[in-house]
Parts: sequence; C-alpha cells; structure tokens
Amino acid sequence: MIYLQLFLNFLKIGAVSFGGGYGMISVVKETVIGNGWLTEEAFLDFIAVAESTPGPLAVNMATFVGSSLGGFLGALAATFGVILPSFVIILLITVLLNNLLRYAGVNAALSGIRPAVTALIVATGVTMILSVIFGVSSVGDKFTADVKGIILFATLAVIAFFYKKITKKSVSPIILIVFSAIYGMLIY
Amino acid sequence: MIALLQNEFIEKKKWLEKDEFTDVIAVAESTPGPIAINCSTYIGYKIGGFLGSLIATLAVCIPSFTIIYVVSLFFDAFISLEYVALAFKGIRVCVTFLILSAGLKLFLSAKKSAFNLIIFGVTAATVVTLSLFAVNFSSIYLILIAAAVGVIAYLITSARSKVSAKSSDEIPVCQKVSDKASDKNAVCSIAHKASYEASEKSLDEASESEKREENE
Repeated sequence: MIYLQLFLNFLKIGAVSFGGGYGMISVVKETVIGNGWLTEEAFLDFIAVAESTPGPLAVNMATFVGSSLGGFLGALAATFGVILPSFVIILLITVLLNNLLRYAGVNAALSGIRPAVTALIVATGVTMILSVIFGVSSVGDKFTADVKGIILFATLAVIAFFYKKITKKSVSPIILIVFSAIYGMLIY
Repeated sequence: MIALLQNEFIEKKKWLEKDEFTDVIAVAESTPGPIAINCSTYIGYKIGGFLGSLIATLAVCIPSFTIIYVVSLFFDAFISLEYVALAFKGIRVCVTFLILSAGLKLFLSAKKSAFNLIIFGVTAATVVTLSLFAVNFSSIYLILIAAAVGVIAYLITSARSKVSAKSSDEIPVCQKVSDKASDKNAVCSIAHKASYEASEKSLDEASESEKREENE
C-alpha cells in the first residue's frame, strides 16, 4: 500500500538526515527516483517549491511527495514518517541521557559523519549538474552542453558571490529561484 | 530560523536561558532530522513535558504542511502552462546551483584535517562514480560506514594516549618496591628502562596501524 511505503521510506529519510537543510537530499533523491516516484526533473521542481515555502526542506518534501502520490493521507503518512525519528531520538536524549555530546563515542561517530554528509551534498550537486546541464546521467551518455543552462549557472554564481561581498549576508535562495524563473521564461 | 527562536523564546517569553539555547542548537544539529523539528521537540519537552513536545512539534509542521499540500493540488495544472514550464527549466538549473553551493559552503567552513579530507574525498568520489555507472548503493550505508570510521579512528587515537599514560604509572610502583638504599637505584632504573622500551614499541605499532588504515 502506498501509504505504508511513503511512511516507511520517509521514516528512513528522517532517521539519517544529519545536518539539516540539504543533508537529506542524497537519500531523498535515491528514494523518490529509485522507487520510480519522480523523474529527475520533477525531483528538482519539488526541491524548488520546498525551498520557496516556509518550513524545513525535509518536511516540505515529504508533504509534497506524499500528496502527489497518495493525496491527503499520503501527505500525512510521509510527513509523519519524516518527523518521527527526530521526535523519538530527541525525547530519548532529553529524558535519558543528560548531555549527548559528552559521550566521546557519539562525537567520534559524528566526526566521521560530518565530512561524509558534506561529500554527499557536493556529490549530489555534481551529479545533478552533469545530468541537467550536460545531459550526462551515466557513463554511456553523450556529453551535450546546454549553453543557456551554463550561462544561467555562471550568472547565479556571480550574483551570489557579489551579494555576499556587498551585504556580508548570503543571498536568499528565493531571489535566485525567482531570477532563474524569469530567465527561464525569457531565454528558454 | 534560529534567530527567530532566539527572539521568541529568550527575549520575549523568557522560557530559555542563553546557555540552554546553545545546548539546544548543539543537540539539534548533531541528531538526525530537520533542525526545526529537533528544536521544537526539545523546547516543547523542557517547557511542557511529553505533551509539550508533541504539541510543539505538530504545531511547527502545520503551516508548511498546509501550504505545500495546497500547492501540490495545483502543481500539475500549474506546470502544464507553457511559461511556467519554461520558468521551471531555469529553476532546475538554479536548484543544482543551490545544492552544490550548499555543499561547498559546508566544505569550506569545516576543519581541513587529513581525516576530514580523506572521508570527504572517498565519499564524494564513490557517490559520483556509482551514480555514473548506475549502481544502487544507498547513501545510508555510506553514512553508517563514515560513523564507524569515525569511531575506529577515535579508538585508535585514544589507545595511543592510554599507552603513553601507562609508562608514567610505572615509576611510583618502582620506587615503592625496593627497600635497600643500594639496590633501589639499580632495580628502579632497570625496571623503568624496560617499561619505557615496551611502551615505545607499542606506540610505534599503533601509529603504523593507523597509517595502514588511512592508506586503505
């Protein structure tokens, strides 16, 4: 049944997403594409919507995917699944262990996990760029460069860089998304 | 979102002290799951026990749930509009940029120790290669392996420091054992020298095995 599948899959996602934000991108991508729930393009579309609305990325993705696949109940199942591990773990920590970080073993495991998660995010970014801009999904694919995409990517990088230099703050993703949307409508 | 929490709970409602808040953030960042959820559960529990944590967590989800649910109802119709579809072509590129820059930002802000760089490099190379060759190896396993490597590395380095601590323990024992004034120095120096050489040997062995680990 789709509801159980949504619940269990997002439970899995919720349990391994370390570091908030994009930490779960890699696992979400595997889940939705591996299960045939979304195409790569739809996956990116969903991320864009989840980024542009308030709320944590993970929860938004769960709700969106859940709703697309199973309506209201699907959205509930997926959202509930992604939240449950956090809820349970935090309660356990707060009730039983006084200060999780004092345990050297935990710190040791985390010290391994942190660079791995960073790598997963960067790797996902690289594979997506290869796929979206260069049309390369696996080794056999022909290297076709989407010039408009490359220009857009470079422009975004320049905007982000100079925004940070001038305002000392990171540019809001929404600004970049809106800019890209306009670019898309005009140039593509 | 952290700034919002700070404002509401520390300044306005005075529910938390600044130190407590820092603890909350530290724990929320080190446990799986979205930081927003972790914080809500934790603060909810501190203020209102189990029921408090339940209500806080559900409450933080309701706005985004509602908004996204409504959006999802209209999304298919929305994206079938030509201009919207074109807009999303641009947006897809933007999302890849966002993902990559998020990863790079994390990379640049982390300590560049050999350990970190090795794990980063191996994981990134593995994921990209596997995906290009269409092999299905879940990231979850990579995360678990990385956690295990972290623990192993810790055990190795703590074993090394335990060994060097042992050699300094020998000296007081040595001094107690010998009674005769003439014997004292002779026995002591031999025993001390033997234990010193033994600990040198095991330290070398430990560092060699660590080098072997890193080369693997």
